[in-house]
This record gives sequence, structure tokens and C-alpha cells, in this order.
Amino acid sequence: MTALVLLEIEHGEVRQASRSAVAAASRFGDVDVIVLGEGAEAAARLPGVRNVLSAASLTHDLAEPAAALLAAHTSGYSHVVAAASAGGKNILPRLAGLLDVQPIPEVVEIKDENTFVRPIYAGNALATVRSSDTIKVLTIRGSSFDPVSKEGGSATIQTLNAPATEDFSRFVRVELSKSDRPELESARVVVSGGKGMKDAEHFKLLEPLADKLGAAIGASRAAVDSGFAPNEMQVGQTGKIVAPELYIALGLSGAIQHLAGMKDSRVIVAINMDPEAPIFRVADYGIVGDLFTILPELEKAL
Amino acid sequence: MTMKVLVPVKRVVDYNVKVRVAADGSGVETQGVKMSMNPFDEIAIEEAVRLREKGAATEVVAVSIGVQASQDTLRTALAMGADRAILIRTNETLEPLAVAGLLKIIVEREAPGLVCMGKQAIDDDMNATGQILAAKLGWPQGTFASAVTIADGRAEIAREIDGGTEVISLALPAVVTADLRLNEPRYASLPNIMKARKKPLETLDAADLGVDLAPRLTIVSVAEPAERKEGVKLNSAAELVEKLKTEAKVI
Repeated sequence: MTALVLLEIEHGEVRQASRSAVAAASRFGDVDVIVLGEGAEAAARLPGVRNVLSAASLTHDLAEPAAALLAAHTSGYSHVVAAASAGGKNILPRLAGLLDVQPIPEVVEIKDENTFVRPIYAGNALATVRSSDTIKVLTIRGSSFDPVSKEGGSATIQTLNAPATEDFSRFVRVELSKSDRPELESARVVVSGGKGMKDAEHFKLLEPLADKLGAAIGASRAAVDSGFAPNEMQVGQTGKIVAPELYIALGLSGAIQHLAGMKDSRVIVAINMDPEAPIFRVADYGIVGDLFTILPELEKAL
Repeated sequence: MTMKVLVPVKRVVDYNVKVRVAADGSGVETQGVKMSMNPFDEIAIEEAVRLREKGAATEVVAVSIGVQASQDTLRTALAMGADRAILIRTNETLEPLAVAGLLKIIVEREAPGLVCMGKQAIDDDMNATGQILAAKLGWPQGTFASAVTIADGRAEIAREIDGGTEVISLALPAVVTADLRLNEPRYASLPNIMKARKKPLETLDAADLGVDLAPRLTIVSVAEPAERKEGVKLNSAAELVEKLKTEAKVI
């Protein structure tokens, strides 16, 4: 069996989540990779990669030409794998539609070549599913598979002729966030505020703490609904799902739908006035008290 | 000029319910559990209604695939402003591939200029139906949309990508999937809920539409994730920092 992995390149290097996808795919047998745009040389250096399919002329990751190109090159492959990134989640289900197979998203464990574990209900349950499709199309959650290293391989590079892009989908521009803060979903540390932050003005008090920790800032749905923070900061089942190394929840009670979005964090800290708040049930470390007293102390102690 | 927007909506376990895994490991308990419209589909309905209010669309048609009770979800869509609704009835749990197959039949019948749907359902978390539907129709797709502008037969879509926003331009007809930032859905007012009762709701049977509905995935088991260990309560910020440094080794 041979797997084909769709890689993503960032600043000339293969993204870590894509290297996790290579590691996951190696469970199925030989691994070939496909690179859209520049980056075939970096891909060829990944250990364990046999062959790099390079479509350098596809400059942007538009799903339509990408899925069409993949569909034209799946013959001989048992699995097509990508990281469950914004790109992977855009392209791979479209590929599955073209191949008429049911995709298997966000795989966190591979039982065998047909059987996969994936979270459902925002991680409140884990489903083990067995696929009967002849080609398995799956995205894997990067945090669940140790990535292969960047160097050590010497794969051959094969240049593909990309299909002509159609006018029906056009790239216009990309706006990368200017914030010096890391992205919520990839941050190593997340500082989150809930309704206990009182109002939008007080919510800003999280910023110096986040700056000190190099953290992203999150918010509960209650805080978002009360207008303390914009919706893009929402962590939870109806917001972003995060799993940082450290998650600090301040004035946040821990409603079920919020817990679903952060309970896979490695270390959870809760600071809340209410000793009965459900957030304490998932927290490794808790402090019961007034967060407006504790917050400056915490900043000072760091 | 007419421009119809088709909005698929799904009835799911309410986002505020703590789901419980069924004792036999076959799935999660849905008996007696509060059900609601998938939150991302509410955003899709809101966007479609706003497009009509702005004059960019002329009709909003909501469609749901599921058990008879999914008509409640459709009534919610109608109360939010959809003009009419279609229920495709089935008692089977369908996968995105089968759902996209059924939606393709409805798209061919209704000929919408835009399909606007939630990026994913919060039950199976597949995030796939919109993309599969676009592929099956041969239409372009704008997934994870945070802004939609319709002009001159095209849709300009701002998309949530890792690290920022990407803007793409799609020729209509197209499939758009709604992300969280697209809008804040309105609450249906009581008069609108009353009015929704009188709006047309057509019912079809999934089995009559000639689509292969057989699942490709067999559920082997559904299990609870590992419980977190009970933590410790600390007395001061200084103690917390100490623990984070020496015990958790995370800072």
C-alpha cells in the first residue's frame, strides 16, 4: 500500500502539521508527497518520503485546481492524507467528492489501514470508524502524531503539469494578521477570559499577561455575547478548538460548550471567584479568588 | 433578475447539552435531549436572509435532511426569514457523501445561484458536506467564509485561513460555507415565529430521490474521552507560577 500526502509549505519549509501527516501516512506503507507551488526540495529532504510530486505552477491553494490535480494522480494510492489545517480541510473533502468517497476528517489515531479514531461532538466522544472505500481520504490532527524531522531523506522529484486554472475561482488577496500575538489555534499558551472580566474595558487587562507569556487571547461564548471580546476569540464548541501547552482561564465558569473547546490542553489553570465553577473540574491548578487582585500578582510573579 | 439562495440546515443536539455516550457504545444518547439548529447553519440562514434584504438575492429556501422532527429546525429557519422550506425525510443517519448526493438533486431542481451552509455540524464534526457538494456539482467553493459580497455574477468571499484571511472571487453559482465571524444570527421574534407557521414546507422522502445512501463508514464504537485528573487548589499567584515552572514545566 502507498499513501499520498498533500503537504503545505510555509517560509520554504514543510509545515509541522504536514510532517505529522507524513508520519501518520507511513503507517500505511510507502509515502509519496505532493506539493502545490514552491517547496519540492524541502519536501524531498523529509525522511521516509519516496517520491515528490511537484506542481510548482499552482501558486495559490485554490481548492478547485488542487482537488482536480489530486484526483488525476490518485491511481495506485490506497490513502490520501493531509493535515487537518484550513488548507487540508478545504481541499481534501472536495477531492473525496470528486472520487465519490466519504472523507475521514481529524483522525487522532490509526488502528489499521481501514480503521480510524476521530473526535465527534467537539471531542466529547471518540468514534472509531471503519471505511469501506477503496481510496481512503483522511485529514489528521497534527497534535496527535509526532512529526517526522525536516531532514534526512532524498526523495526523487517528479514535475506535474497542473491543470489550467479556471476563471470560476480566482485568488484575490491574502491578509495575514498583523498582530504579534500567535494564532489561537496554534498558540503554545492561551489566556482566556469569561464573563467575570466584567466588561470590554476590563477584558483588556488580559493583554499584559498574554504579552508576558507570548500567549493568544481567547474568550468564552458568554464573554463574546456580552460584547467583551470579538467573536473570532471565542473558544468552544461553537468557536475555536484549542489544545495549547498551557491554558489559563480567568473569570470563566467553564460551560460545557467552552470545555469542549479547550479540555485537551496539556495544563489548565483556572482563576475564579466561585469555588463550585465547573472549570475547576478540568483544571490542573486552580485559585479561588478575585481575579482583579490575582491578575496583577500573576504578572508580577512571572 | 432572480437569485435564489439554498440553505441546508441540520437538526443537532443543542450546543449547551453535555452529550453522553450510549452504554452500548453505539453512539451518543439523543433520547429526550434538547435539539436545535446547528449553530453554523444559523449563521448561513442569517447571511442568506441579509443577502435578500440587501437585494442581492430574491428568495431563500431552507432544506433539511433528517427525521420528521427536522421540520422544527426548518420552522426556525422560516422564522429567521427563509421564504420556504423542504424536508427530505429519512430515519437513517446519513454521511456527508450521501447528504451531498441528496442536496445535488435539490440544487438541480431549484437551480439556486448560491448554496450557503454551515462549515460543519457540531455533532459529527465532519466539515465536508459543502466541499463534496461543490465537487459533485462542478461548482467553485468558498469555505470558512467570514464575509460574502455578491456583484456582477460573482461572489467575493473572505475566508478564514491559518494565520489570517484569504479573499477569493467565485463565479456563481457557487457553494459557500459559513464560519463563525460571518455574522451574528438574529433571534426569531414571536410574530415571525407565528408567520413561519404559514410559510410553505414541502416534504420529500430521501429513499425516493435515487441517491445511494449506504454509509461508507461503519461505526465500530463510540467511547468517552479520557477524564482529566482532579487538580489542586493553590493560594497565591506566586505559588501558581512556581508550580508551572517546576512541576508542570510549562513556562
